[in-house]
Amino acid sequence: MRRIISVLVENEPGALSRIVGLFSQRNYNIETLTVAPTEDATLSRLTVTTSGNPQVIEQITKQLNKLIDVVKLVDLTEGHHVERELMLIKVRASGPLRAEVKRTADIFRGQIVDVTSSVYTIQLTGTQDKLDGFIESIGQAQVLEVVRSGITGIARGEKVLSL
Amino acid sequence: MELLSGADMVVRSLADEGVEYIYGYPGGALLHVYDAIFRQKEVTHILVRHEQAATHMADGYARATGKPGVALVTSGPGATNTITGIATAYMDSIPMVVLSGQVPSGFIGTDMFQEVDMVGISRPIVKHSFLVKKAEDIPEVIRKAFHIAQTGRPGPVVVDIPKDITDLTKKYEYQYPDKVKIRSYNPPAKGHNGQIRKAVELLMKARRPVIYAGGGVVLGQASDLLTELARKLNVPVTNTLNGLGGFPGSDRQFIGMLGMHGSYCANKTMHHSDLILAIGARFDDRVTNNTEKFCPDAKIIHIDIDPASISKTVTADIPIVGPVDTVLENMLRQLDEYQGSQDDAALAEWWASIDSWRERGLFPYEKGEGILKPQQVIESLYQVTKGDAYVTSDVGQHQMFAAQYYRFNKPNRWINSGGLGTMGFGLPAAMGIKLNFPDQDVACVTGEGSIQMNIQELSTCLQYDLNVKIINVNNQALGMVRQWQDMQYDSRYSHSYMESLPDFVKLAESYGHVGMRVTRPEELLPAMEEAFSLKDRLVFMDIQVDPNEHVYPMQIKDGNMCDLWLSKTERT
Repeated sequence: MRRIISVLVENEPGALSRIVGLFSQRNYNIETLTVAPTEDATLSRLTVTTSGNPQVIEQITKQLNKLIDVVKLVDLTEGHHVERELMLIKVRASGPLRAEVKRTADIFRGQIVDVTSSVYTIQLTGTQDKLDGFIESIGQAQVLEVVRSGITGIARGEKVLSL
Repeated sequence: MELLSGADMVVRSLADEGVEYIYGYPGGALLHVYDAIFRQKEVTHILVRHEQAATHMADGYARATGKPGVALVTSGPGATNTITGIATAYMDSIPMVVLSGQVPSGFIGTDMFQEVDMVGISRPIVKHSFLVKKAEDIPEVIRKAFHIAQTGRPGPVVVDIPKDITDLTKKYEYQYPDKVKIRSYNPPAKGHNGQIRKAVELLMKARRPVIYAGGGVVLGQASDLLTELARKLNVPVTNTLNGLGGFPGSDRQFIGMLGMHGSYCANKTMHHSDLILAIGARFDDRVTNNTEKFCPDAKIIHIDIDPASISKTVTADIPIVGPVDTVLENMLRQLDEYQGSQDDAALAEWWASIDSWRERGLFPYEKGEGILKPQQVIESLYQVTKGDAYVTSDVGQHQMFAAQYYRFNKPNRWINSGGLGTMGFGLPAAMGIKLNFPDQDVACVTGEGSIQMNIQELSTCLQYDLNVKIINVNNQALGMVRQWQDMQYDSRYSHSYMESLPDFVKLAESYGHVGMRVTRPEELLPAMEEAFSLKDRLVFMDIQVDPNEHVYPMQIKDGNMCDLWLSKTERT
């Protein structure tokens, strides 16, 4: 089962390698990983998506909590949450396809952020499924390059992950 | 405020932390620090012959005293040589601080001479690590390192110190911090009252309870509380390998070590129990055998300071996260207040079953004719030292025999590498203990395979008068490997025998020690007595034993706890 674990870590050199190392050392999966400093410069927020049975997920959160650099963490998938991923996708757009690509991007609420005579670069945000759906709609043959940020997320409502 | 160089701050911080001895080996990246060591008297440095031994000495000291041991090594190979020692401490939750030299900050990452990414290499086997960035940070980093190493679930901490930071010409204001605050590190101070109440209720109602106590009882200094609890409840107690001594080994309620080479009685008792109180133990594979067949009727109460140890391999019904001592104190208090009584008839019946399993003896073996059995060696060690020695061991058959036949009545006396199973651990660990307890008997039970993995330390022993007794249980084979080859590989002894063994007596003598050889059963006891009467000499006893002996009982792979080989021919 897919899980999104959101972690507040000390913004220290080596903190990320401890977390990533823990996953490989204990044979856990990392499907996506995003990390950036927060509004408090001493903290970074890291979002990792992983999968495993409930025992494995429990171990992952416990082992993460044991790391000295980890301040707090939450399994976002335990409650209501919003999740987003950002994708930049470069698509062939020439001839009759050009209008079709634009139309599809509009349907998916994508934005064209760069244009050449034969290529559109489209920015799209949404859930993993939505981004997958867009690639499918455009058709693999037209896709020149894809870059995705990995999933990030936040709990709905009053719940916050902070110090 | 006093002005000190980075190097002097390192040494002074150790002194202010109360460190008496450090174990180490100098080298380029640490020369400033070694100069600072030379110019002071508070911290005594012990020069080992290999950095691995420095970590094991620190480890042995920590296991015997409960205080963190300290190793000091240079960058590159000095640092990598500590890895086995750090991993050994990590697996058994031993408090240790390893200070490693590093190339100057500006050269990190350039593949400089003797450069290695110590923080990176040690990452999976430390509780935490630091790379010191500025000389001014040294006191605080060292304070934090000691705090982390010895609180919560203890473990090794690495402090990597670039050479430029220890520059003797640059001085800074020095003050050792009294307190340390790490916002992301708050180990639990006590267990959950309600969970403890539920546990007490289960314990009072249990018909076939057993206490399964591990190294956490020893590390958490809770042996007396465990003993009080066990007596109060009249419950049988079994110890893990690392828990031995946590409950008196000669006590009537003690049913022997459990697990792969545990007693028939302990494994039977566990398997048939209806309630297991696990204290500071981690349901390790060498205990449980097949977890799916593990103790089918038992509810499990699990006390541990590390929540990640709970329900890791076997699910706990009542998890209690907290330090063993405060949890047990609370438990004892709640037991006193409990309205109701135990089912005495059920308990009496339970004890009758336990006593019937005990009847065959906890660890029976057959004596040989004209040939020494390894078990006799441990029995005679026990007899001569009156059960009061610090006993370290290496890894293999001799380790299991020592665990089975030396009855430890006090905690912190049995010192072995249980989790990692590090050959070469025994001698340096014994040295670390002897240095700190010069008037106590310290025996290193080893084998001709293990002892050769750190035998160079005989030289350190001479330099510092570390008069340990080395009990070399010599069966001329890697006994445990050979045993598995006998049992599972039709006795094809692939690389499990030791050809070209040195003459250990002459070897000990060449290092300036006393060597003794024992070959016949009747020579054993007098030789052992003589060895321990030579208080001011290291004695290396090379004891020739039956090369064909196996360790029994032995759990049968994939079975339940009490599916056992009881001898070469008999199984349950």
